[in-house]
Amino acid sequence: MAQEDSRTISIPSSLYRRIEKRIIATGFESVSAYVAYVLRETLSDDEKEALTPEEEEKIRERLRTLGYID
Amino acid sequence: MIDPHGGKLVKRLDFRESARKETEKLKKKEVSLDKYRDLANIAHGLFSPLDGYMNENDFNAVLRNGRLENDLPWTIPIVMDFSREEGANIREGERIALAYEGEPVGLLDVEDIYGYDKANYARSVFGTDSIEHPGVKRLFSMGEKLVGGKITLLKDPPTKFPNYKLWPEETRVLFREKGWKKIVGFQTRNTPHIGHEYVQKASLTLVDGLLINPLIGKKKKGDFKDETIIKAYEALFNEYYPENTATMSIIETEMRYAGPKEAIFHAIMRKNLGCTHFIVGRDHAGVGSFYGPFDAHKIFLEYPDLQIEPIFFRSFYYCKKCRSVVNDKICPHGKEYQINFSGTAIRQMLVEGKRPPEDMMRPEVADAILSFENPLVE
Repeated sequence: MAQEDSRTISIPSSLYRRIEKRIIATGFESVSAYVAYVLRETLSDDEKEALTPEEEEKIRERLRTLGYID
Repeated sequence: MIDPHGGKLVKRLDFRESARKETEKLKKKEVSLDKYRDLANIAHGLFSPLDGYMNENDFNAVLRNGRLENDLPWTIPIVMDFSREEGANIREGERIALAYEGEPVGLLDVEDIYGYDKANYARSVFGTDSIEHPGVKRLFSMGEKLVGGKITLLKDPPTKFPNYKLWPEETRVLFREKGWKKIVGFQTRNTPHIGHEYVQKASLTLVDGLLINPLIGKKKKGDFKDETIIKAYEALFNEYYPENTATMSIIETEMRYAGPKEAIFHAIMRKNLGCTHFIVGRDHAGVGSFYGPFDAHKIFLEYPDLQIEPIFFRSFYYCKKCRSVVNDKICPHGKEYQINFSGTAIRQMLVEGKRPPEDMMRPEVADAILSFENPLVE
């Protein structure tokens, strides 16, 4: 894993307060932890690498051979 | 489909002959089968987002916070250890070959070489530094240096169960083909008794599909052998599980016996396989009396961002008054009605060649186990 350091970003105070309320009793220890989680989730949607149709068919063929699917 | 841990599946494979040829010029590090399996687990994405062995920052973050340096949940160090002499012989920036039984099977791009405190590692991961703990004992036999860096797999490791070996890319296609959106994963290192079946089927009623996912790898003396576990589950599947809602595949990695920390690790692997839910039982991944019976439940409260949803089961037993398998949440009757599923007692009966009563273990499962001369690890 690459090393990561932290950077400060600004969000509106009202939004900060809403997040503070939202994370009560959730296990998120800070607003920063929650914001990092939400951003990571959002970004990951753009970063997914789909299988090519050929790769997927190769997997389906193996699953058929092993009897997992018809 | 649930996202892999960290957002995408890691894939670090190079099965071309030219890649293997390259290793001829490199220094070689011989690895055990368990290490080779974990090399493949990284390369095929089962340990996503890890793309290699942990560097010092991630290693320390995992010990300190139960998270990688980038704050993603991760509780078990995935490391490559070297002896002091081996460590002195390599340099950061160097590429070395990882070999199994003399044959090059992987590449390691060395990014970081560092020492570590084994007792601190033990206390953080296992909650103890007692060498009575099998995970701690194994840790204390490791080399003195750890080497971090990205890996590349050159050849898949051998497996005794090729028909059940599915990587995350494959289970994800399988679930899609079956039309399952919610999938519950069941980790096991045991043969199934009626209590296990109850837990699996109770969970399955909440979701679309069940993945029975035995963990194959180094275990301790007295555990069931891998072959026994697979044959026992085949017997159970043949008679008692619908094909359209339940399936089985294996993962190959050693048991660490790290209790709660390992429960999180087990959940992450199942998330990478595409499971949306994960069954956490009593004393999950525990050993002896090192952990409280529900420590592995409590730890999930610290990981609200894990995404895979744990399904917690407390003790379950057969109630003579309910006339069914129940747990303490749903059965009001006293201890005098309870027949407990004692794994130790069932194991003892099987070792003595006796078939356990049918309300404890399916006869087909018992017969499968009894077909082995010695069903346990010696």
